[in-house]
Amino acid sequence: MSDLFNYWIFILLMTVGLYGVMSKHNLVKKVMGLSLFQTGIFLFYLSLGKIRGAAAPVVSETATLYSNPLPQALMLTAIVVSVSTLAVALAIIVNVKREYGTIEEDEIHEMDDKS
Amino acid sequence: VTEQLPALVVLVPLLVALVLPFAGRGDRPWFLATLGSWGVFGLTVALARRVFAGGEVVRYAIGAWRIPWGIEFRVDALNALILLVIAIVAAVATPYARLSIGHDLPEDKRGFFYALWMIFISGLLGVTMSGDMFNVYVLVEVSSLSGYALVAMGRYHHRRALGASIQYLILGTIGASFFLIGVGYLYGVTGTLNMADLADRVRLLPGNRAVITASGFILVGLGVKMALFPLHGWLPDAHGNAPPIVSAFLSGVAIKVAAYVMIRFLFTVMGVDFSFSKFPAGPVLLTLSSLAVIFGSLAAIRQNALKRLLAYSSVAQIGYIAMGVGLATTAGLSGGLIHVFNHALIKSGLFLVSGVILYCAGEADMSDLRGLGRKLPFTMAAFVAGGLGLIGVPLTAGFVSKWYLVSAALDRGLFPLAAVLLLGSVLAVAYVWKVVEPAYFQSAPENRTVKPEPWSLVVPAWVLIGASVYFGVDASLSSSMVHQAAELLLGF
Repeated sequence: MSDLFNYWIFILLMTVGLYGVMSKHNLVKKVMGLSLFQTGIFLFYLSLGKIRGAAAPVVSETATLYSNPLPQALMLTAIVVSVSTLAVALAIIVNVKREYGTIEEDEIHEMDDKS
Repeated sequence: VTEQLPALVVLVPLLVALVLPFAGRGDRPWFLATLGSWGVFGLTVALARRVFAGGEVVRYAIGAWRIPWGIEFRVDALNALILLVIAIVAAVATPYARLSIGHDLPEDKRGFFYALWMIFISGLLGVTMSGDMFNVYVLVEVSSLSGYALVAMGRYHHRRALGASIQYLILGTIGASFFLIGVGYLYGVTGTLNMADLADRVRLLPGNRAVITASGFILVGLGVKMALFPLHGWLPDAHGNAPPIVSAFLSGVAIKVAAYVMIRFLFTVMGVDFSFSKFPAGPVLLTLSSLAVIFGSLAAIRQNALKRLLAYSSVAQIGYIAMGVGLATTAGLSGGLIHVFNHALIKSGLFLVSGVILYCAGEADMSDLRGLGRKLPFTMAAFVAGGLGLIGVPLTAGFVSKWYLVSAALDRGLFPLAAVLLLGSVLAVAYVWKVVEPAYFQSAPENRTVKPEPWSLVVPAWVLIGASVYFGVDASLSSSMVHQAAELLLGF
């Protein structure tokens, strides 16, 4: 159980994030849920590469055992992707607010159905 | 230069995209983008010739890092086919943009539009060539992010595009994240991300639960990206509200690239053996694709806006592709792949037609189509020719695809599938007729002005529709390409 602590947190973050995306009407909250979901994945990858008692993968004189640097490098890229997604999403939401005057999804649908 | 071809195919549109926002006003951004897309077309044809005529698999190690540690671009018959599809539609749609985008978008936004457009193309080309699972994820996101922004550009026609774009963004990101989780599982058990290397190592792990879980995550993620029923919820809004050339590219090409990744994953990475005997890819794909054909066509019949009708029709047509994949025989897979090619021509052409109607008539709901058969004769004739292709009438490209699929279904003794294919054609008659009837058999309202159809919009639409008719009459080129790809995938 305690060995798999990281993975439980990964699953928790993922499900909380997905719940947020599905249950909230507010677009900003949906996007927050999306970010949380992606953060869970970062934790999953980092846990894959972690070795107990190993040093960070930077060459040093004292360490003999290093964590796997590849998942860390991958997640650096994934974080960039996630941040860009967030930026695009927020930019679109700003424009939604300007056009509709609200960021509640159900109200937007109502206004679209009328027009 | 020939050794650097795979890198150039991705770099040329990317570098053009960097310059475009500063290209100034007027037609200059459009001109540069058109040059860029034709350049890509030339490079892709050169690459495809090496693959098809020379019969070689082009491998390219990015930055000369040794494979499998570095990222590999790998082009065989399957990639080359998809690359051609992307390059053809891009080369025809970009010239079309001058009037269409010039009409829809304010002048200061056009440079950015073309920049996003080139990044979108570059990302899709990269996904198609990449031989590295994580690199596929990154490039899928590169193309998707620009895709979300391109859909949002439809707001200058109607603000609905903004809601459609954010919905597409949320579902697309969840899909891509599922793919990423699956890749993580695979990396966890095999320690590699290179597709060829993965294929070797996965064979040593039959029945491994992590591999099965990974396949589930990856297939669901790709299902969202390719809008396979029931994961198609985002598609009608996004494709229905984007600017016409963006819809043409999304419906004709972008969802096919996701389908390509699925084919690559099922056949090359996991292997036919795993995917279709240890993992239930066959029955799942056949069931979902049948539902997609029936449901997508029925929904298309109920639509009132032309572009939404075409979008739902894409949901049905992606079903045909998934069905070919699910059959997993040479004939079935050839049918799915040839439909990737044929449907790209037909549906992109039809979306370009819808763009002409939007340009000339302002709106394209069913009631706006009344009498257009007389006012826009060449445009509506293109619609009829493309519509016949969607139905699958003999001598159109759609017929070639359906012929392959029906005979593959009968070969395997799956009569219900053949019935679904025929039903799909009947339903397609209904939704194509829904457009043809007001256009040709109702008279236009009197007080309505329709602009004359401009040649620079009609010609690109006819190039694609004409090509689809050509490949319906003489399918020898397209079928020899897909045979080569299908036999490669099934390991003959």
